[in-house]
Amino acid sequence: MSASLDIRLKRANKVYHEGEVLAGVVAIVSKEAVQHQGITLTMEGIVNLQLSSKSVGVFEAFYNSVKPIQLITSNIEVVKQGKVPGGKTEIPFEFPLHTKGNKVLYETYHGVFVNIQYTLRCDMKRSLLAKDLSKTCEFMVHCLPQKAKLQPTPVDFTITPETLQNVRERSLLPKFLIRGHLDATNCVITKPLTGELVVESSDVAIKSIELQLVRVETCGCAEGYARDATEIQNIQIAEGDVCHSLPIPIYMVFPRLFTCPTLETINFKVGEFTCNKYKSNSATVCGLPMADRCDSLFLCRV
Amino acid sequence: MAAVQWHSRARRYESELQSCGLEVAPVEFSDYHPLKSITVTDSKSRRGARKGSTSSSSSSSSSVAPDPLSSMLDGTDPLSMFAAASASESPPTLSQSRKRREKEDEVGVDFEPWSSKRGEILARFTTTEKLSINLFMGSEKGKAPSLASSAVSEKVRTRLEELDDLEEGSQRELLNLSQQDYVNRIEELNQSLKEAWASDQKVKALKIVIQCSKLLSDTAVIQFYPSKFVLITDILDTFGRLVYERIWSMCSDPRPLPDSFTADEVNDTAKETCLNWFFKIASIRELIPRLYVEVALLKCNRFLTKCGIQETVPRLTAMIRGIGDPLVAVYARAYLCRIGMEVAPHLKDSLNKNFFDLLGTFRQIHGDSVQNQLVLQRVEIPVYLTLYSPAIHWILQCVSYRAPEDYINCAEIWVEFTCRHFTKREVNTVLSDIIKHMTPDRAFEDAYPQLQSVIRKILTYFHDFSVLFSMERFLPFMDMFQKDSVRVGVCLSIMDVFIKHQQEPTRDPVILNALLHVCKTMHDSVNALTLEDEKRSLALLINGFIRMVSFGRDFEQQLSFCVEARATFCNLEPVLVQLIHTVNQLAMETRRVMRGSHSRKTAAFVRACAAYSFITIPSLTSIFSRLNLYLLSGQVALANQCLSQADAFLKAAVSVLPEVPRSISIEGKLRSSEGFLLDFINNFLSALLVVPDHPEAGVLFLVRGLLNMVQDYTWEDNSDAKVHVYISALPLLAAMSQESYLYSIPKVDSNETLYGGDPKFLAEINKLCETLIGQVLDHLKTLGRDESIHRQGSLAFSLFGCLLAHGDLRNNKLNQLAVNLWNLSHKQGYCNTRTSVRTLEFIKHQAQQPDMVHLSDVLHRLTLQSRT
Repeated sequence: MSASLDIRLKRANKVYHEGEVLAGVVAIVSKEAVQHQGITLTMEGIVNLQLSSKSVGVFEAFYNSVKPIQLITSNIEVVKQGKVPGGKTEIPFEFPLHTKGNKVLYETYHGVFVNIQYTLRCDMKRSLLAKDLSKTCEFMVHCLPQKAKLQPTPVDFTITPETLQNVRERSLLPKFLIRGHLDATNCVITKPLTGELVVESSDVAIKSIELQLVRVETCGCAEGYARDATEIQNIQIAEGDVCHSLPIPIYMVFPRLFTCPTLETINFKVGEFTCNKYKSNSATVCGLPMADRCDSLFLCRV
Repeated sequence: MAAVQWHSRARRYESELQSCGLEVAPVEFSDYHPLKSITVTDSKSRRGARKGSTSSSSSSSSSVAPDPLSSMLDGTDPLSMFAAASASESPPTLSQSRKRREKEDEVGVDFEPWSSKRGEILARFTTTEKLSINLFMGSEKGKAPSLASSAVSEKVRTRLEELDDLEEGSQRELLNLSQQDYVNRIEELNQSLKEAWASDQKVKALKIVIQCSKLLSDTAVIQFYPSKFVLITDILDTFGRLVYERIWSMCSDPRPLPDSFTADEVNDTAKETCLNWFFKIASIRELIPRLYVEVALLKCNRFLTKCGIQETVPRLTAMIRGIGDPLVAVYARAYLCRIGMEVAPHLKDSLNKNFFDLLGTFRQIHGDSVQNQLVLQRVEIPVYLTLYSPAIHWILQCVSYRAPEDYINCAEIWVEFTCRHFTKREVNTVLSDIIKHMTPDRAFEDAYPQLQSVIRKILTYFHDFSVLFSMERFLPFMDMFQKDSVRVGVCLSIMDVFIKHQQEPTRDPVILNALLHVCKTMHDSVNALTLEDEKRSLALLINGFIRMVSFGRDFEQQLSFCVEARATFCNLEPVLVQLIHTVNQLAMETRRVMRGSHSRKTAAFVRACAAYSFITIPSLTSIFSRLNLYLLSGQVALANQCLSQADAFLKAAVSVLPEVPRSISIEGKLRSSEGFLLDFINNFLSALLVVPDHPEAGVLFLVRGLLNMVQDYTWEDNSDAKVHVYISALPLLAAMSQESYLYSIPKVDSNETLYGGDPKFLAEINKLCETLIGQVLDHLKTLGRDESIHRQGSLAFSLFGCLLAHGDLRNNKLNQLAVNLWNLSHKQGYCNTRTSVRTLEFIKHQAQQPDMVHLSDVLHRLTLQSRT
């Protein structure tokens, strides 16, 4: 490989906002001079929707009946046909992040059925004898801060055998009482989810208490919509038979890329993140882990 | 040479005084005094000041000050005052505050490091049972419960769990390991961590660390747990160091970060890398690895925000509450405390919180879970409890580290509040509390600046020393200052305040005892290396104290105080001098009280005073102090009718004279002592007039003795000093030959009464005078030979003046001598014409007196030669 092509963005964290300028350099490293037929840069933002096999028929899912939605696209020629000298060459570039019409740059999101992704691709066309060079790099878009003031919405909860869902033989469950609260269900995405939990009593020794972050994605079109919930992250907050009546902190950092501010559009919806407090007993009686689901979260960026 | 005959001129002192005395003009001292400092005050405030208000508008009105000079300077010289001001008042510069921060941010050498505990723990907690390492907790993966309703795609699941397991090939459970095998295996992991890191496999490195920390949730073979903790935290330490150094090296362009860097100096790439690590750790599923790895990377928070560490430590502390097994939890706390102490030892709150959480969860030990486990592993409770000791010991070491320092920092502030708003009772309570806290382990040794500040604050608010010393705990508090230099510093500040604020002399035994103790401390700090300057300032303070001690009419008590003080302060000469003055003053005060006539008792007392001085003076090294004090004490003794004591003093002074060196050191410079010696001798001569001759010694015993000493003294070469003394002695002798003396001491018979103008006595005086004049004339001749004409002229003029004033010029020989001397002094034209003219005018004036007509003859023979 005689020549290499690279894109380096100015910002180390690669995060940009609508209206800002995406800037960086195209770096070409080569021992000798490189002959080429033009270097181009393509910037693109796309929403990919996918229906789950559960929601629609397998066949239909396979063919991806939902079309990708283009949010932004731009193409420039960085260098005209010619020669790049040997050594290291850096060509700076800038893309203003402006949308056309009433389109909005949604926040980057890597989901299961909804994917919002922004890429920057650099192509170097070369003569028939040499292979074309190409390099793709993803950059992140964060939506603009929400103007509405966020009200903290603390919520208290209690978990007992009675509150559990998906349980067949409730009478066989050991008795326990867990109380707690979340500091807010309207969460700022950059701040952790916090709260406290107290094991008031439990007949059997507790093995583990976990916190599960679940997302709900909805894809829709004229024919109807598909709604799916998937786990993003599962965090253990208590291990073993924890001390009773001692508050245990609830603390979870929202993972980047896999979460985004709650979003609702005509075609798709990402949101209703939910948080499950999850309790697993050494349940000799029922032999099943027990879970309690609750609390839908609203995420936003401020 | 032809013998000169001496005849003293008869004097009528009273009429002379009247005829030549200046008109006395009364001076209003309160309005004007040449030494009073110039102050501008409006009349209103001045009136207030004169009534004795302490806020004096002029420094001279505050009579308490021991020394007008030092009171002006406020006890310190202006340079050190500036220095002190700039040190204390200037706002701390950046570098200073940073330095202080650094000091706070580091654990001192007084903190026993973890490395010294490590080996001990490994040696103590061993086992012969078989151990196992389950490096792949893969079995849990299958069991990981998922919500039935949530469909988790394979892609996401892979991502979520990629941190949970090592590569496929390394999934294994190592069973039946001996302890040594186990240690080796952990060491291998440590090596592979380093290798992975070196080969840039950061994710693999993190996986190894996560797997290792997971082992700490396993309490099988529980008696080995403390050692396991040591081995695994070694790996975590390695990892923490690698990550920190990696991020740090990313900031080395263009130059390496300083050790005290702030987040602002870290570049974006490094910050992003650091943030990535924290996001990765935050998503570790299991509690214990997540906790341990985050603690290991605690220091990296410095790259992100200023207060990152101080926000993270409390959160991690709370997070440990989620650990159910008390043994696992206590070791997790020990690790957090250890890293916390390394990174931010000033975060005491979290250390304390860890300790209290530990106490709060202690009941877990008696819970079913633990008991069942112990039964299963066949471990007795006492053995089990010993497993806690290294961790608890470590946590306590962290908690107690510099705890007294925190306490004293608060107390230092608190005491000011108490002083300002409460009474001595409350301040005493605070003091006793400080003593209680600072005494164990000699904690006060590290808190001298704060303790000094406590004293300073108390002194700012309590000026009444009887109140101050009646606080029970004040002196015990002082006992905490055990380092000499600090102790002396504190004593100095106490004395300084005492001298400034004590209004009245005191005899309060509490104050005296305490201050004597304080002064003794100051005195005892003097050694061979003490600078003169320091000695002087110490002596000044002690003298100020001595001046403030008064037992009123109880003179004996006062004297015995001086005796005690002499024993206590024997190394400070100025203090001894002060004590002699005090005792002399005491004798004079006694005389005043007795109106000059002593009873048997008071006579004995003043003799005791004289004895005190007599035995104290020889211990002084300064020769002139000795001489002057002998003279002064002699005068005091004489005034108190202690004739033999006075004789002894004066004899002692005369016998000391030959010891006067020709040059003495004054303010570090060698200067000729001649001037001082002449001054002293003149002073001494005038005192001799009233000293009666000792009945067993010869006539004019002391005068002769003095003159003999002067004769034998090795004067400087080429000096006229000796002759000056001879000339000075003539007026004394002339005064002694008068029928009634110029001055006398009540109730003491001088020679005038003893001899009653006996011709033999007068002849003796005249003979002495003639010898002296002969000596002077001889000297004048040698001066003529040596061509020291100028000196010859002025000496001749001095002698002429002396003859004119004290000699009876009706005597022809004396008359002729005077004229000769005049001519000699004018021969070379060196004399001051103006003086000559004025002398002639004086003679003219004198000649008008009824019995001085002969002077007009003399006047005719004195010619004024102009130099031109």
